[in-house]
Amino acid sequence: MTRRSSLSTLLLPFAGIATVLAVWTVLSRHVAPDLPSPWRTWKESEPYVLRPFFKDGEMNQGIGRFALLSLWRVTKGFSLAIAIGTPLGFLLGLSPTFRRAFEPVIQVMRPISPLAWLPLGLIIFQRSEPAALFTIALCAMWPTVVNTAVGVRSINVEYLNVGRVLRLSPMTMLRKIVIPATLPYVFTGYRLSLGLAWLVIVASEMLTGAPGIGGFLWQEYNSLVYSHILLSIVTIGLIGFALDRLMGMVETRVRGL
Amino acid sequence: MQLLAGDMRPVSDRFLEFSRLSKHFPVPGGGEAVIVEDFDLRVAEGEFVCVIGHSGCGKSTVLSIAMGLASPSSGGIILAGREIVGPGLDRGVVFQSPALLPWLTARENVLLALDQALPDAPRGERRRLADAALARVGLAEAGDRRPAELSAGMQQRVGIARAFAVEPRVLLLDEPFSLLDAFTRMDLQDEMLRLWEEDRRTVVMVTHDVDEALLLADRVVMMTSGPRARVGEILRVPFARPRQRARVLEDARYYPLRERLLAFLAEQGGHQGAIP
Repeated sequence: MTRRSSLSTLLLPFAGIATVLAVWTVLSRHVAPDLPSPWRTWKESEPYVLRPFFKDGEMNQGIGRFALLSLWRVTKGFSLAIAIGTPLGFLLGLSPTFRRAFEPVIQVMRPISPLAWLPLGLIIFQRSEPAALFTIALCAMWPTVVNTAVGVRSINVEYLNVGRVLRLSPMTMLRKIVIPATLPYVFTGYRLSLGLAWLVIVASEMLTGAPGIGGFLWQEYNSLVYSHILLSIVTIGLIGFALDRLMGMVETRVRGL
Repeated sequence: MQLLAGDMRPVSDRFLEFSRLSKHFPVPGGGEAVIVEDFDLRVAEGEFVCVIGHSGCGKSTVLSIAMGLASPSSGGIILAGREIVGPGLDRGVVFQSPALLPWLTARENVLLALDQALPDAPRGERRRLADAALARVGLAEAGDRRPAELSAGMQQRVGIARAFAVEPRVLLLDEPFSLLDAFTRMDLQDEMLRLWEEDRRTVVMVTHDVDEALLLADRVVMMTSGPRARVGEILRVPFARPRQRARVLEDARYYPLRERLLAFLAEQGGHQGAIP
């Protein structure tokens, strides 16, 4: 039983990957002749993957170097997002007045695409780098805001009653009860925000042409090197997956406390 | 054996006085639901009083007003000559669930109360008092453990330690043993009997367990079923202190008293459901 399940946990994902590769091959051979096959993609990407940190100029670097540039940009944007989003979430959760004032604004701002924010960022900041950070932060912070607010509002009323019968000061209440009780929700928000930040980075790099994995993707599309688009897509997916797993581990630790 | 609520006892017997306490809630669509009306009760210092009644009759409402977590619609509660307004550390509270903060250890949960009660005491002193409070309920070894690592009975012991640690003038216990299994419940009832015997602090405890009330209380206050719940009858429990479960159960008066309580509850049974 255990042997069979461990076999299937190993084999089934491979079967999934094989299916995707098969569909891709069929597509490139019979439907879209411009789409490079998996094998051609690998051959043309090989130098970028096997020497991931070479640098031959701003827009011709190993895939690892591009990934690091993007990750650094995401780190800055994500940090900005949670630095703004966490206190905003606590305010929304704690103050009914604040909630009534800002809930509608937030509901309207939440569904706005990064593609819409970026031009605004360029107008405000004049340069592409701060505009990209502005876009990432503005798009990625909402899950943190919403989850933190929900977390504050769903604190077990017994914990709050304990604080009330002991006459804890508002600061002690926040420090000893509200923040620890909300922490698991906050970290769920962080995980979702990081996922969004990674989604937004690609769009913002494509539009600003900044060096990074998204910028590389767009440049290679313009240079008609289609295999590198696929290389970028696979890399983006793998890094996004790794980031989610990483934050998931942090989240589990916090929940376990 | 039975006493009316408005008995003629001296003022010193009015250590804790519930006076014409009423609680109304507005009902959606207009009107009011009257949960409790004209609840009158005088508790003497050092007395152990149990309040029984059907679930939803408003006994927990009365207690949460005494805790300061709810305010009365009219009437009030006077403790040692001062009216109760809001929560205060002069009242130790034990809830139905242990209500421990899961991210704090047992000691830290007790310290939460001690830090509030004795903000000027040295840290080491407060820690010593927290450990002493845990030792009193038989948890000397559990100070560093988190609630999740403790059994339900041990968790409620920590809750009791937290309430006793600050040496409140009165203890307010809201069905503190009702969520425990039968054996643990008996264990904690005996523990409560022993703890109370040590300093005979004033206790008001809400319960729906008549045996628990007869074991622990000096007087059992029977509440009528809501709406408009109030004190129906008061039963004086004559068993000598210090009490032991076996002795109480052997007492010839035990079953008649128990019958009296059950008969009252049966009479009230028809009006169940607090809100019309």
